[in-house]
Amino acid sequence: MSTAQTPASAAELPRSITAGRGGFQARYVKDRLARYVVLVGGLGVIGALLLIFVYLAQEVAPLFAGAHVEERKTFAIPGAGGRTLYLAAEEQGEIGMRAEESGEVTFFDLHEGTVRGTETLPLAGRKLQSISSVATERGLLAGALEDGSVLVFAHEYKVTYPNDKRLITPGLSFPKGNAPLAFMSGPATSFVARDEGDSLMLVGADANGALNLKVFAQETSLFGDITMTESAVQTFTPAVKPDVLLLEPLLHWLYVIDRAAGKIAFYRLKGSEAPELVEVKEAGAKITEARYLAGGISIVVAQDNGKVTQWFPARRNESEWYLAKVREFKVGNSPVTAIGPEQRRRGFAVGDESGKVSLFYATSGSRVHEEKVFDSPVERLVFNPRARVMMALSADGQLRVSEVHNEHPEVSFSALWGKVWYESYDEPKFLYQSSSATSDFEPKFSLTPLALGTLKGAFYAMIFAIPLAVMGAIFTANFMSPEMRQVVKPSVEVLAALPSVILGFLAGLWLAPFVETNLPGMFLCLLLLPTSIPIFGFLWTRMPRAIRLRVPPGWEAALLIPVISFVIWGCFMLAHPIEALFFGGNMQSWMDHTLGISYIQRNSLVVGIAMGIAVIPVIFSIAEDAIFSVPKHLSLGSLALGATPWQTLIGVVLPTASPGIFSAIMIGMGRAVGETMIVLMATGNTAVMDLSLFSGMRTLAANVAVEMPESEVGSTHFRLLFLAGLVLFFFTFFLNTLAEVVRSRLRKKYSSL
Amino acid sequence: MTTAAEEIAAAMPKSLVARDTEGVRAYVKSGSPYVWLTAAAISVAFMITLALLILTAARGLPHFWPADVVQGQYTAPGEPAEPILAEIRSTEEVTSARLKNAGLKVDEAQLLYDRLLIKVANRDLLGADFRPVLSDWLVQRSYPEDAVVLERVEWGNFHGFLHAVKTDGVIVATGPEAWAAYQPLQDRATDLRSKIEEIEKNEIGAINYRIEHLRLSEKRLQIDGHTRENDPADYAKLDERRKEQDADYEKLRLELDAIRKDLSRDALVMKTVDGKEVEIPLARVVRGYRPNEMGLFSKLGFFGSKVWEFVSDDPREANTEGGIFPAIFGTVMMVMIMSVVVMPFGVLAALYLREYAKQGPVTQIIRIAVNNLAGVPSIVYGMFGLGFFVYFVGSSIDKAFYSEGLPSPTFGTPGILWSSLTLALLTLPVVIVATEEGLSRIPRSIREASLALGATKAETLWRVVLPMASPAMMTGLILAIARAAGEVAPLMLVGVVKLAPSLPLDGNAPFLHLERKFMHLGFHIYDVGFQSPNVEAARPLVYATAFLLVLVIIGLNLTAIGIRNRLRERYKALEG
Repeated sequence: MSTAQTPASAAELPRSITAGRGGFQARYVKDRLARYVVLVGGLGVIGALLLIFVYLAQEVAPLFAGAHVEERKTFAIPGAGGRTLYLAAEEQGEIGMRAEESGEVTFFDLHEGTVRGTETLPLAGRKLQSISSVATERGLLAGALEDGSVLVFAHEYKVTYPNDKRLITPGLSFPKGNAPLAFMSGPATSFVARDEGDSLMLVGADANGALNLKVFAQETSLFGDITMTESAVQTFTPAVKPDVLLLEPLLHWLYVIDRAAGKIAFYRLKGSEAPELVEVKEAGAKITEARYLAGGISIVVAQDNGKVTQWFPARRNESEWYLAKVREFKVGNSPVTAIGPEQRRRGFAVGDESGKVSLFYATSGSRVHEEKVFDSPVERLVFNPRARVMMALSADGQLRVSEVHNEHPEVSFSALWGKVWYESYDEPKFLYQSSSATSDFEPKFSLTPLALGTLKGAFYAMIFAIPLAVMGAIFTANFMSPEMRQVVKPSVEVLAALPSVILGFLAGLWLAPFVETNLPGMFLCLLLLPTSIPIFGFLWTRMPRAIRLRVPPGWEAALLIPVISFVIWGCFMLAHPIEALFFGGNMQSWMDHTLGISYIQRNSLVVGIAMGIAVIPVIFSIAEDAIFSVPKHLSLGSLALGATPWQTLIGVVLPTASPGIFSAIMIGMGRAVGETMIVLMATGNTAVMDLSLFSGMRTLAANVAVEMPESEVGSTHFRLLFLAGLVLFFFTFFLNTLAEVVRSRLRKKYSSL
Repeated sequence: MTTAAEEIAAAMPKSLVARDTEGVRAYVKSGSPYVWLTAAAISVAFMITLALLILTAARGLPHFWPADVVQGQYTAPGEPAEPILAEIRSTEEVTSARLKNAGLKVDEAQLLYDRLLIKVANRDLLGADFRPVLSDWLVQRSYPEDAVVLERVEWGNFHGFLHAVKTDGVIVATGPEAWAAYQPLQDRATDLRSKIEEIEKNEIGAINYRIEHLRLSEKRLQIDGHTRENDPADYAKLDERRKEQDADYEKLRLELDAIRKDLSRDALVMKTVDGKEVEIPLARVVRGYRPNEMGLFSKLGFFGSKVWEFVSDDPREANTEGGIFPAIFGTVMMVMIMSVVVMPFGVLAALYLREYAKQGPVTQIIRIAVNNLAGVPSIVYGMFGLGFFVYFVGSSIDKAFYSEGLPSPTFGTPGILWSSLTLALLTLPVVIVATEEGLSRIPRSIREASLALGATKAETLWRVVLPMASPAMMTGLILAIARAAGEVAPLMLVGVVKLAPSLPLDGNAPFLHLERKFMHLGFHIYDVGFQSPNVEAARPLVYATAFLLVLVIIGLNLTAIGIRNRLRERYKALEG
């Protein structure tokens, strides 16, 4: 620090008694500058640390923000005036498509409502009766003609970039040939079509209420020629009136729905054999509409009592299939008139007679949005594949196009923490399975198993650590000779600096196999160590004086080291003979057969020990400080009154130091909860919901470490991981603050004593 | 006269404590068993500490020791005897039931067996380096002096006997002379190989770096609107430089080809223990030795050279062989960058909290909050680092300055800078708390003396307070370094990789490449120990790495304690 100044500036200085010749102003400028630097720097650093919290919260917030829907434009539906049979929007939300009974297909702009192109289906003058979506993601549709034949066609959108601007050209194609396929002899009152692999299945109801079922197998020759081979028509009379038909994409299940009676007949399809009726369910009210959700497992059924119910096939007793009513969504009081499922997630929109449109999400069971958009009933609701644009068609032919911002409907409080009945499961469960990007997979985002795993790991670690650390602290602070304390305390504290990756590595690669082959030895140790030590102590009192006096008071711990080593060595020497004699040579399989406890190599026992070792020094150090700083006159007074050292400890020292020990345990708990590497390496990282000592776990922290690098930025999964981080942050912050407050109170108490 | 005294003596117990210490009941009543238990607890905690250190050392160091190679016959019942030439790695006792479960035909009358884990090497011939065998079945053991262990560039070690040495396909030495003939050839091959490595890594690496740089410059030109048509001069310059690099590269390639040809001249003809002859080109051999004939000193020398290789060489064979130099370098580098960031800011924050902020409830709350941030799980910092530094700050930097590299990110991807910054945040509380503690220890009188002599507050701080607090600051820094060096979880999110192609510091301008990913000792342990395809072979190396990391961290902690004590001593006179 130089305070040199040029003579010129020195001459300009005011004369002052404090100035002297060393630059007066410059020094004060520097002083003030330093002040600002420290202020800005210090506050900046503290701000940066607080930014962590703000940032985490800001990443998590959109999860709970709910959906909002913005109207883009409302216009009269374009095209000829016929009945609308099908309505769709393409990927980018730019072009809509409408098919009418005349066979005319209109493509229109979703921003302006103007017609972008029309095409006519080759129907040879016949009219379309209905259109069923064969495969929504490929835009494949099947139209049933009034003469009973079926035309399969697809709406396609070519995206090109002339002059770096996106241009979408809509069109039609006919992947199964442009001649209608022969199916029924008369018009179908209801109709459904699906394809799986190369086979196309058509199901239609005729005027008599009988169902016709036909399969076309497509063969492509070497030259690209397509030939369709058709099976014979199966005909059967369903258990209920076939008003609505739903066919599973994999062609296993068929639902026949009777609107007026409110009944769902659930059929299992068996190839060429006649379909088997599994059961008929009552919906509880008149049914107005039924649709498949994305993924092709759940169906949602709209009822005229303002409710929508979700159903899917599940099994009773592992084998017997039935149609499970999974959830009920209360829409309002007016009859539900339209359902529009999203194409890639389990969300759907519901419209009712009053013109109200609500958005629901099946997995979370929550309503994410509600809005009255029309005065007349809602007739159709359609999402584009990305679910960013929704079209609502009113009964009087008005089409309202809206932008949907609904990023994270999967998350609700009950979906995160409660039991959820997921598709393909037989009962509600707590599950965490985040992976897979296909729409067939329903993401399972229950944080309960992770939170439970976190607490389970911390619990076993604390069970291991608390006795050792607290009792060790008691001895070190209260009984140990000062010379020995000077060695022991720092060396146990060095353990705190040991990287957790090393503990985790030793736990996973050394301890876990060791415990597995020496399980009886572990239990023997647990049993024999606590019992043998007091016995040794008793024997020691019976030792000849000459030997006893050689060990000065306060060195008992050193005396015990060979004893403990011997006991542990003995336990493991005995372990294998015991295992061979009593457990048939293999304790794990004995436990499995006799006690029904399954054993996993990397289990809670291993984690408990490893993480216990990680928290022992933390607890030990703080607890020891607390006990050691209990004012000496208290314990000396007690001893002088004739109490034994142990009575003094229990009656005087521990009650005084207990808040300190409590805060030590809290801080240790905080470390155990947030520990990542040990859990990652010493457990199998499976999200299980049991508390068994011999099974693994997946904790919040390890889950973040595993999944974060692969998570898509901004996705629900990404934000959910941040939520897990935020939960960890709050939990540890709370524990630490609690500990800190308790400790500072204790300090005050000591200083007053 | 004496009766009174005798009476008193008779009425008194013989000793104040004597009678009570007799018997189990009295023993329990006195509470001594519990005292013994607490003593046992601290003994166990102490023993765990020692056991951990001994375990990592005992498992890691033998990796460098040239273990004797045992030859024997493995005679499993019902199977033909099998000759074996192997190192014995470990022994354990196993119940016969478990062995039977594993499909071995053991005699059930014998309850326990000793199972050995032996390293048979020759992975290319046998499929696996390691196999478990029962000690009782390994008979006719001997330690032949001429058993050779070859360390190879690929496929791990080779165990066998040297049969002949070939040069240009012609046998130049066989039998006992072969070993003497082999030694100079091995030295020659090692020299040539290091030459190749030098060219491949440094010179060709530099050319690749420059070519990539030219590609980015060209893209930059395009982005700035210069096309080949409207600005041919710039492009000509680029093309010319590219041509130069291509020519350099061609020259190096020829040179490499020549050395490679030279290297492939010699080969060893080895005999495996079952009599098979195998020809191994010397180009693929790192070193060869006969452990059974080595004396203690040559073994020690070998041990030393292996340890040196371990700390100074690059890893081979998916990190399971060779050294860990890049990991050591990456760790040190990351910690250094972190220190440069964390130190000034940590001290500034501590100065603010202790010297400038008004001491009141708000400051107290901030202090507790900062304190508690030290207890927040490190993985949370990792998430913050990934989300904020990498995805937010990094991609903004890319958009602003490195748009020619897009869509492949430069700073918008995990790297050493972000790792250092994340760990700096993680260790800030440590530095702040330690510095504050140091500041609070300085007696008020000293500050007042300085101020009374006319010094400004800044001068007082700079000249008087900070030097006195320097022990505490150093302690804070060293503790921060020790914590950062061992932290892995956040690094997994913000920049560490299992194998970095280049170091973050090299000979190519601008020399320091903050955007690069790096290797780290802790992550190396996790990765090699848990993600490696050949865990058994890699395990000793992981133990060795762990031992090194433990040594570094304990060393740092002890240094922290030492520095603290020494500096405290120096300023003790002032404090008094």
